[in-house]
Amino acid sequence: MTPDYKPNEIMTITAARALKNEDVVFVGIGMPSAAANLARLTHAPGITLIYESGTLATRPSVLPLSIGDGELCETALTTVSVPEMFRYWLQGGRVSVGFLGGAQIDKFANLNTTVVGPYDKPKVRLPGGGGAPEIATSCGEIFIIMAQSKRGFVGKLDFVTSLGHGEGGRHREKLGVKTRGPTRLVTDLCVFEPDPETREMTVVSIHPGITREQIQDNTGWTVRYAAKVAETAPPTASELAALRELHARTARAHGAAA
Amino acid sequence: MARVLPLAEAVEAIVRDGDSVAMEGFTHLIPHAAGHEIIRQSRKHLTLIRMTPDILYDQLIGMGCADRLVFSWGGNPGVGSLYRLRDAVENGWPHRLEVEEHSHAAMANAYEAGAAGLPFAVLRGYIGTDLPKVNPRIKSVTCPYTGEVLATVPAHRPDVAVIHALKADREGNVLLEGILGVQKEAVLAAERALVTVEEVVDDFGPRSLNACILPAWTVSAVAVVPGGAFPSYAQGYYKRFNAFYKEWDGIARERDTFLAWMKENVLTKTPDAFAARVRALQAAE
Repeated sequence: MTPDYKPNEIMTITAARALKNEDVVFVGIGMPSAAANLARLTHAPGITLIYESGTLATRPSVLPLSIGDGELCETALTTVSVPEMFRYWLQGGRVSVGFLGGAQIDKFANLNTTVVGPYDKPKVRLPGGGGAPEIATSCGEIFIIMAQSKRGFVGKLDFVTSLGHGEGGRHREKLGVKTRGPTRLVTDLCVFEPDPETREMTVVSIHPGITREQIQDNTGWTVRYAAKVAETAPPTASELAALRELHARTARAHGAAA
Repeated sequence: MARVLPLAEAVEAIVRDGDSVAMEGFTHLIPHAAGHEIIRQSRKHLTLIRMTPDILYDQLIGMGCADRLVFSWGGNPGVGSLYRLRDAVENGWPHRLEVEEHSHAAMANAYEAGAAGLPFAVLRGYIGTDLPKVNPRIKSVTCPYTGEVLATVPAHRPDVAVIHALKADREGNVLLEGILGVQKEAVLAAERALVTVEEVVDDFGPRSLNACILPAWTVSAVAVVPGGAFPSYAQGYYKRFNAFYKEWDGIARERDTFLAWMKENVLTKTPDAFAARVRALQAAE
């Protein structure tokens, strides 16, 4: 029997499954961090997690609230300075997977975390790029995790903060980028992978009980499907238990807002 | 050579109106006490430089200390927006804030170039992003050996670097451990440097042969402020007060709750308040 689970849980668990034991992962805060640590606590105990604060091969028992929590440093193999992190480890090509989220994404998996509305007179000023612009082009490949909605999955980005497949086709190659870019986009409804020719993000797997209509209703472009679309395997009881224990430990460690 | 001064005197001597100031810290060791002293002394027209402006820069911006922000990620990490930064950018309150926006890689490289005495930094960066369209200081150079086009940004050469470190010794040498961020580079790139520390010791004691130490002759002044990084953390002294970062979301959302909090917790307080906050947190655990 399949246990009950929430949309966020199948999203995190499906993303975690994409990571391999031998991967070296540059981890963003929030859902990427939850998925990467879940992978480490389940099928990929030897995975190397790197946070941009300089912590190499960190094994936190709770999820960090911020990118440089003490827990990350105390459980790391070693901690390097931030310039070294970006120069030697990221730009130097030592990272196999970059794991990103964003506020807006388009059908070629370009991401916006900068502004909603015009740059000089923004409707919403978002935090900005942080490490993402160079993570997007320096890591071997990119996984993206984002809950799906019309507001987030848009026909045209207000601002390109980090490059996905650009305008599609061989755009990355034309810009001189040698890495693969976004190879997987996991949402709360389905999994996308880029079409081999057009590089448009294409649905390859739909989560149990989700319809194509729901996917379209939460996407600002006409969604394309692969020739063969699978049903995403539901979370197992042990994956769910590991994720829930991780979140419970984290909540206890961070304390509630007073 | 570093002088050991009370914090108010150190800020008075080192930070001037119109300065470019880098108060660095990457989640760890954020110089909150020094920032609050700058607010109390009403410094104006500052250019604030920092990779990750968080609560402290939200406070400086909301109190009208800054004309310009040079940054790469401005948010409350793991929580959400910086509402005072957003109010300044979106609505011009308390006045217009000019922004110069980079990526982390570029900011880190710019500090390193500043520390190295170079005019600019070079990186394989900004490819396919819109940032160079809105920041004319992002340019490019062609590699003379391979022909590869690489991004450039001007070196950071702040008038002042402000950091919080773990300890100083009697001579004013400064020790940092744990997540180091870009603090060493910021200090070595700056004209003047102010360092607050948890304590002054006779001797640093057992340490790695490669410990991160800023020699006294690279630091203008040291001020002893126990708890001075609170609510961020100091490795081995106190933990990050994550609950306060969540609470800040409610405080900073509206102008009046923000101003009331600043009056009660910054304007009418002294640097001693930081040690008391850490003691209260540790007693509650």
